[in-house]
Amino acid sequence: MIEIQELYKYYGDRRAIGPLSTQIGQGEVVGLLGLNGAGKTTTLRVLACDLLPTSGSVRVAGLDVVERPDEVRAKVGYLPDRPPLYDDMTVHEYLSYAARLRNVPVNKVKQRVSDVQELTEIGDVTNQLIGSLSHGFKQRVGIAQAIVHGPELVVLDEPISGLDPVQIMEMRELVRGLRGAHTVVVSSHILTEISETCDRILVIKDGRIAWSGTETELSATLKQGMHIALTLRTAGASAEATASKARSALSGVSSVREVEVLEPAEAGEGVASLRVAVSSDVREEVGKSLIQAGIGILELSREKELESMFLELLEEGEDSAGRKRRKKKHADELAKSEAPPATPATDKELS
Amino acid sequence: MRALVIARRELYAYLRSPLGSAIIAAALLVDGILFYFASLDTKRLSAQLLTQFFYDSSAATMVAGLLLSMRLLAEERQAGTITLLNTAPIRDRDIVIGKFVSSFGMLTLMNLLTAYMPLMVYVRGKVSVGHILVGYLGMILLGAAVTAIGLFASSLARSQVVAVIVGAALVASMILLWVVARAVDPPFNTFFSGLALHHENYRPFMVGTLQFDRVAYYLMVTYFFLLSATKVLEARRWR
Repeated sequence: MIEIQELYKYYGDRRAIGPLSTQIGQGEVVGLLGLNGAGKTTTLRVLACDLLPTSGSVRVAGLDVVERPDEVRAKVGYLPDRPPLYDDMTVHEYLSYAARLRNVPVNKVKQRVSDVQELTEIGDVTNQLIGSLSHGFKQRVGIAQAIVHGPELVVLDEPISGLDPVQIMEMRELVRGLRGAHTVVVSSHILTEISETCDRILVIKDGRIAWSGTETELSATLKQGMHIALTLRTAGASAEATASKARSALSGVSSVREVEVLEPAEAGEGVASLRVAVSSDVREEVGKSLIQAGIGILELSREKELESMFLELLEEGEDSAGRKRRKKKHADELAKSEAPPATPATDKELS
Repeated sequence: MRALVIARRELYAYLRSPLGSAIIAAALLVDGILFYFASLDTKRLSAQLLTQFFYDSSAATMVAGLLLSMRLLAEERQAGTITLLNTAPIRDRDIVIGKFVSSFGMLTLMNLLTAYMPLMVYVRGKVSVGHILVGYLGMILLGAAVTAIGLFASSLARSQVVAVIVGAALVASMILLWVVARAVDPPFNTFFSGLALHHENYRPFMVGTLQFDRVAYYLMVTYFFLLSATKVLEARRWR
């Protein structure tokens, strides 16, 4: 469905993406994962023929985006990170307009609009002005305009951006609902979102595909096992001392590779947070060893693997100063938000 | 034709927002006031009054043309809705034509709403229908050229304010070419006066004289700036 070969895109002298090569098959739901500035949006804009590549080849359904852009656009539906909505139009008027722009025959516009309204569950607001809708409904209308012409490829740039948890779940269902009828490319920096909705993940870093595969394949490729998040009671000792004690206790557990001290996961004194890298699931052994060493365990949990992998990928080639900066930034953000950090890297940090 | 789909949406936007109506109402008010004061001069012949009307109305047409066209592409870019057009299977040329048709349509409607004034002169005075028709043709052609210039300026800017300033600067520069023509020696004076947006090219229409080279001039200015706006849109995809 999509063939990208040696794609480069420059903004002036700055390389936004490249060299980037990949293939996406018909009917796949692929997640594009990367930090801001990694080149996700630029890649999607090239796929949607909003931007033209500086060099390289991009073919959608066998059509080159430079040589036959109009034909490619007819086969692609695109939702940018900011939905292109006219506040002064009603939902129905807007979708009819989008359908007419995208070559839907006049006698089929009404039916197509009705179909996508049903699919995206916006029928109740069809006569409301778009400017009066909530953010969640606006995102839905954005997706509706992207699929109103029945495109073969649907490109969604950060579709859950700014949504509340309920809206995120609804949007997730909506994206899943596109599976089968369309090939879907979704970008996000919400790591769990990608693993929840996509068949395959493309991790993009510095404008290049850093990794490609399923979550399982990535895990196997990196051979990094998993991480265990620990919150321990320090019992009057310092966090470093508790960590040192924990390291000693865990030295007997063969799968433990590294023990890292994090910013405290809970407010107040007497709490230390650790992140333990292990090559297999030894949570039980870790718990037993710590209890035997007389260390109080407040919390022991498995970290989201995708987040760990993502962090590892990002840290590859990055110097230790860079890692420290990332961790310090993370700690600062957590302090500001007063949110309990369950993992060393949250979605917020990665945004 | 997709250009007409865009034109229809734009006309709809003009009619639904107060901006389009406000601009047209203000221009008509100014036109009416100027006509009233011009008609107070009883020594004027009716043909002279009609010439003065077309002269005054040309100013209102140019200002309204710039104000109506400033939003055409700048607002789309500012709101992010340009992406809808850029990713639809339509050519940049059609986007520009659709935008132009809507704005030019509104301006022409405004021009036609002034018709009661020359009709009063026609009923009470001695002017020919040809004078009126040619005068309106000139006003409409001038409006087309100014709308194209405004659309081009709008394609360059993200802000409507910047767009109207750039558009006004371009229109003012082209009007003032007749001043340049006075300051230079032949044959350059002929060259510059021939390029001036208003002076040499509009006057024949004001007095009811139809000259096809003047018609061609306005059509070429319109085409040139519409083509330029199209090229700006195309170039943005390569940036």
